[in-house]
Amino acid sequence: METSELDAIIARHKDRKGALLPMLHDVQHAFGCIDAKAERAIAEALNLSRAEVHGMVSFYHDFTPAHDPRPVVELCRAEACKARGVEALVPAAEAAAGERVNLKEVYCLGLCSMGPSARIHGKLYAGLDEAELVKLVKTA
Amino acid sequence: MSTVRISDDALAAALGAEELVAAFEQAGYTVERVSSWGMHWLEPLVEIDGMGFGPAKPEDVAAILDGTSAKAIGPIAEHPFIKSQQRLTFARAGKTRPLSLEDYQASGGWTALTRSRAMDRADVVAEVIESGLRGRGGAGFPAGIKWRTVMEAAGDEKYIVCNADEGDSGTFADRMLMEGDPFQLIEGMAIAAHAVGAGQGYIYVRSEYPHAIAKLEAAIALARQHIAPFQLEVRVGAGAYVCGEETSLLNSLEGKRGEVRAKPPLPALEGLFGKPTVVNNVLTLAAIPHIMAEGGSGLYAQLGIDRSKGTMPIQLAGNIKHGGLYETAFGISLDRLINEIGGGTASGRPVKAVQVGGPLGAYIPPSQFHLPFDYEAYTAADALIGHGGVTVFDDSADMGAMARFAFQFCAAESCGKCTPCRIGSTRGVELIDRIRTGGKVHADAVETLPQMHNARKAGRTREEELALLDDLMEAMQFGSLCALGGFTPYPVRSALKHWPEDFSSSPQTRGSLADSSDHAASGPGSSPGRRS
Ligand SMILES: Cc1cc2nc3c(=O)[nH]c(=O)nc-3n(C[C@H](O)[C@H](O)[C@H](O)COP(=O)(O)O)c2cc1C
Ligand code: SF4
Ligand code: FES
Repeated sequence: METSELDAIIARHKDRKGALLPMLHDVQHAFGCIDAKAERAIAEALNLSRAEVHGMVSFYHDFTPAHDPRPVVELCRAEACKARGVEALVPAAEAAAGERVNLKEVYCLGLCSMGPSARIHGKLYAGLDEAELVKLVKTA
Repeated sequence: MSTVRISDDALAAALGAEELVAAFEQAGYTVERVSSWGMHWLEPLVEIDGMGFGPAKPEDVAAILDGTSAKAIGPIAEHPFIKSQQRLTFARAGKTRPLSLEDYQASGGWTALTRSRAMDRADVVAEVIESGLRGRGGAGFPAGIKWRTVMEAAGDEKYIVCNADEGDSGTFADRMLMEGDPFQLIEGMAIAAHAVGAGQGYIYVRSEYPHAIAKLEAAIALARQHIAPFQLEVRVGAGAYVCGEETSLLNSLEGKRGEVRAKPPLPALEGLFGKPTVVNNVLTLAAIPHIMAEGGSGLYAQLGIDRSKGTMPIQLAGNIKHGGLYETAFGISLDRLINEIGGGTASGRPVKAVQVGGPLGAYIPPSQFHLPFDYEAYTAADALIGHGGVTVFDDSADMGAMARFAFQFCAAESCGKCTPCRIGSTRGVELIDRIRTGGKVHADAVETLPQMHNARKAGRTREEELALLDDLMEAMQFGSLCALGGFTPYPVRSALKHWPEDFSSSPQTRGSLADSSDHAASGPGSSPGRRS
């Protein structure tokens, strides 16, 4: 983790009201995680205890304490996508993902009229069938 | 040469709109990116001179252009799905470019803000009260009353917070509004700011909505001088469903864990950073410009039934043939919504259940499809209007699995503050698993320890497990601080009540979403005909 980039992120948000949430987003985005070192630096800058910062990291699904270099496929498994049959696609998607891809269960991408839905590297997909999903997972 | 219009809504993009735009541009056409009409099964929808074509793929372009396309649906505005709606909040849907100030102004934008600012703030609040507008985020609390509390609260630092966390499965109206008509939300917030005397506003958007976030940021920059001195900022959530609960949202905005706060104090008196704060849903605030237009509040109050006034942007989702956004006055029945307007299920199979109001809403069987869309009527039926999501399931759905998921979701998203929700949700998952496998044959290792004086030393029958589940749900319903723990029993109870066969310990009699052929072989053990 580059100290200068971390410092720049902290400096950018430090004096905003409610600075911690946007700061954590930027750190997560830049480094793929919010590790112990970042927690310490942020805590110091905002005059918080490290526990308070770590409490944020552990509370929110978007923040992770360690970097996972695998590509991520977020598959919606909430009610409306279940109603459109996403569960039947899961075994094939899991098999395609294996250890290489992080197949993540998420709850709703706002595409509920046309599921099953997924998000990969920021791009959204709807109306997926098994072949399409497997292909997306394999090329993720 | 005519202009081609294609929506830049996230759903259209997810179904290939960008590739389609490229194909039209390659053919030498200019493509205008507009908001979505909300007919999702037709996305990406192409509009040329008012005529629609969809769902269109790049390979359809040539036929669309030479007039031979089989994807033609005729004049869009005349389509029954659009024509039968009463669109107020979504009046611009499909018609304007989301980030065009010119389009916004030409369609009546900013007139309500100008009018409101020329009025005394108490008169603005009075008109909002008169309109009968109730919060569209879930609880249905009268918006004007909330505003009045904030207006009368002491102090000169006040906030307007827009709740754009839209976490309910089956809902997307907030997303469509933010992506399709962001200025209307901004104008509504500026009017609220004038009415209560707030200088700063925040829009808290879930991180799952990057398109909406980008649109809002661009729109706020463009609208700055129209809303000044009111200042507006977007803040992005971090994947926690519970942050849609207003006090959890405020904690999150303040840079804290999204734990729910006990009320009182009401956020209206001690909200963001301890200051008086209006927290309203996107749709509540977006309805304001229409209501505050000349004569708007009176018109609004005439629509709807009983104490549910005005229109509701209903979201038709799940296994439905014609899914999308359907805005209409309160009072419409589920039967009309699903069977007439929605065209039944997408799979063509019979409808088995409908979940209204997101993950905390009850599952409603076809025998209750006459219920009018009305806050009080739903409450009386132990159901929920919530944010207006309507999720349809066909007869292959396994309602026992859906009940299990309700607990699983609650366990994953619980803020952890209170025990019935934090622990009860996990116990609920285990109980349903045991009920579906015939009960707990033996007491487990921990239960048999001599120091576990109160633990039961024998197993439990399936009936005893069912009684225990009932107990657990009572504890959750009455012992939880917020509706996440408190309402999770509703989908579970409704599933147990209407589809007990899906909790049976022999899988053959249960619905199965996973494998319809298996279901067909096992007979219609859960056909809706039997229930209705
Ligand atoms: C678990 C939970 C999740 C909620 N999620 C949302 C949400 O995503 N959006 C929303 O507007 N309201 C949500 N609410 C309701 C809010 O607490 C609050 O009532 C609402 O924002 C008030 O605005 P309104 O009066 O305009 O509806 C949620 C409530 C609970 C208990
Ligand atoms: S019911 Fe659940 S989510 Fe709500 S306050 Fe209690 S623990 Fe938190
Ligand atoms: S439920 Fe899957 S996108 Fe909403």
